[in-house]
Amino acid sequence: MSYGPARVLPGEGIKITTNPDTEPFWGAARERRLTACQCGDCGHFRMPPSPFCPKCQSTRKVWPDLPGTGTIFSFAICSKNPRTGEDYVYVPVVVSLDGTDDARLVSNLGGINAEDVRIGQKVEVDWNPIDDGWVLPVFKPVEAL
Amino acid sequence: MTWVNQDKCAIVGIGATDYYVRGKSWPRTINDMAGEAILKACEDAGISVNQIDGIAYYSTAGAGYLDKFDTASLMETLGIPYVGFSATLTSGGGGCPGAIGLATAGLMNQDCTYTVTLMALQQLPQHRLGVVFGSSAPNPENSFLQPSGLVGPGHLMSVLARRHMHLYGTQPEAFKEIVQATRENALDRPKAVRRKPLSDEEYWTSPMLADPLRRLDFCLETDGAVAVITTTMDRARDCRHKPAVVHGVAHGGTREWGRAFAWMGMPDPDFASSGHKFVADRIWNQTGLTAKDMDVALIYDHFSSMVLMQLEDYGFCEKGEGSDYVLSGKIRYDKATRGGVNGGVPVNTHGGNLNEAYIIGMTHIVEGVEQVRGTTVNQVEDCEFALVTGGPASLPVSGLVLRRA
Repeated sequence: MSYGPARVLPGEGIKITTNPDTEPFWGAARERRLTACQCGDCGHFRMPPSPFCPKCQSTRKVWPDLPGTGTIFSFAICSKNPRTGEDYVYVPVVVSLDGTDDARLVSNLGGINAEDVRIGQKVEVDWNPIDDGWVLPVFKPVEAL
Repeated sequence: MTWVNQDKCAIVGIGATDYYVRGKSWPRTINDMAGEAILKACEDAGISVNQIDGIAYYSTAGAGYLDKFDTASLMETLGIPYVGFSATLTSGGGGCPGAIGLATAGLMNQDCTYTVTLMALQQLPQHRLGVVFGSSAPNPENSFLQPSGLVGPGHLMSVLARRHMHLYGTQPEAFKEIVQATRENALDRPKAVRRKPLSDEEYWTSPMLADPLRRLDFCLETDGAVAVITTTMDRARDCRHKPAVVHGVAHGGTREWGRAFAWMGMPDPDFASSGHKFVADRIWNQTGLTAKDMDVALIYDHFSSMVLMQLEDYGFCEKGEGSDYVLSGKIRYDKATRGGVNGGVPVNTHGGNLNEAYIIGMTHIVEGVEQVRGTTVNQVEDCEFALVTGGPASLPVSGLVLRRA
């Protein structure tokens, strides 16, 4: 099928909430830094962030700066803006983050025709301001830089 | 190892309301529909509603999202004098066959004697299941999911389907075959919502809601209620119909599936699966049977792609071979021979969630009971064993093997 350009969803109207376990991720994103929750003891990454490391049950967390690149693990192609119902091509994408042991972010991919998106493609983080001063990490193909 | 409670309980009563297209059940209420289903199930079993003393359900009875039923209100509504057992299996629709296991647990613990399992579902515009993820206020966990625009279960499943296609070369034609094969079974079901044959063209022109899944790969949105009654075998023999014996039942799953598609962190090969492998292994362990021993399979089909992945997890075919298995016609029911096609096991002889009605898995249990009773529309000849599954969803998911008495 031919869809044309994939666009990230408009930031206006996108809301998030945080708690003490997740807030450091969003705080970093507001500074345009991509991070993920890493165990301070065994080094295992987990996303979304949660109180305990599922590998070693430690509560120690660190938030390293990641390269900001990743690989598409899977994706869908959607054609309607979920908020308005209007025609709007966007690509929800599951990205394996470089610099982690396969921690994943679920986000949008832009800068490419939707029908050209492939699993295994390299992507790089971009930033989408959303409601309440938060910033959402989104992605674009590395080739598009 | 053989399950200690094997063949000790049975489903003896089934009851259902009409199936309504989403929202059309109003002004009926959840309790009105739940009560009708329960009373019909009692009548079917040949017992009085006053004899019900156990309630075992799933999904925290919250599938109606706004209007819930619960044990106390059902007792008050129907005049049930007392209950000795009331329990709900956690998580969502994946628990429906597992709720029969819960009923069995109550019965075997001598907490109760006749246990009802039910689901009542009403999707009014303000709480449609299909958009409930997207319209709910984001919590800290789903703030990592919802902003992506994956707003409904079908959107989430499409990402899993894509990975399966990538890993195993699964063809979109296999999804079409699942929808068409089960549609064929709904044609002569009096209560089925979709009763017209489905052409190739109609399928391929069905809107792509979340590529690779089309609208026709999504289950129906319906309202209604279904109840079944489980009791011990000694009581079951005095009931009106031939008992549908609980031969094996299990719920659960492994952490690799865990929060599943509400998370997207599953490693391969779990990501491109139905998360049912653990439950399937337990059921085959409990019973000493395999998928090939089943005479019919009632497989939870909220999305066509997840039928394919359950066929793999239960071992109807090898992992990664679901596409070829389906495309070789092996899920078809042959009305002429009243059996399978090409060595396969007929799937969703009632039309399933995709074509008959979506009451969060309860219709599959009803069809399983009717198949081993020998009374259903698309009756498999000499049907001894029926597999019923619930989910995929976040854990637990569940499965049930019913046996002819």
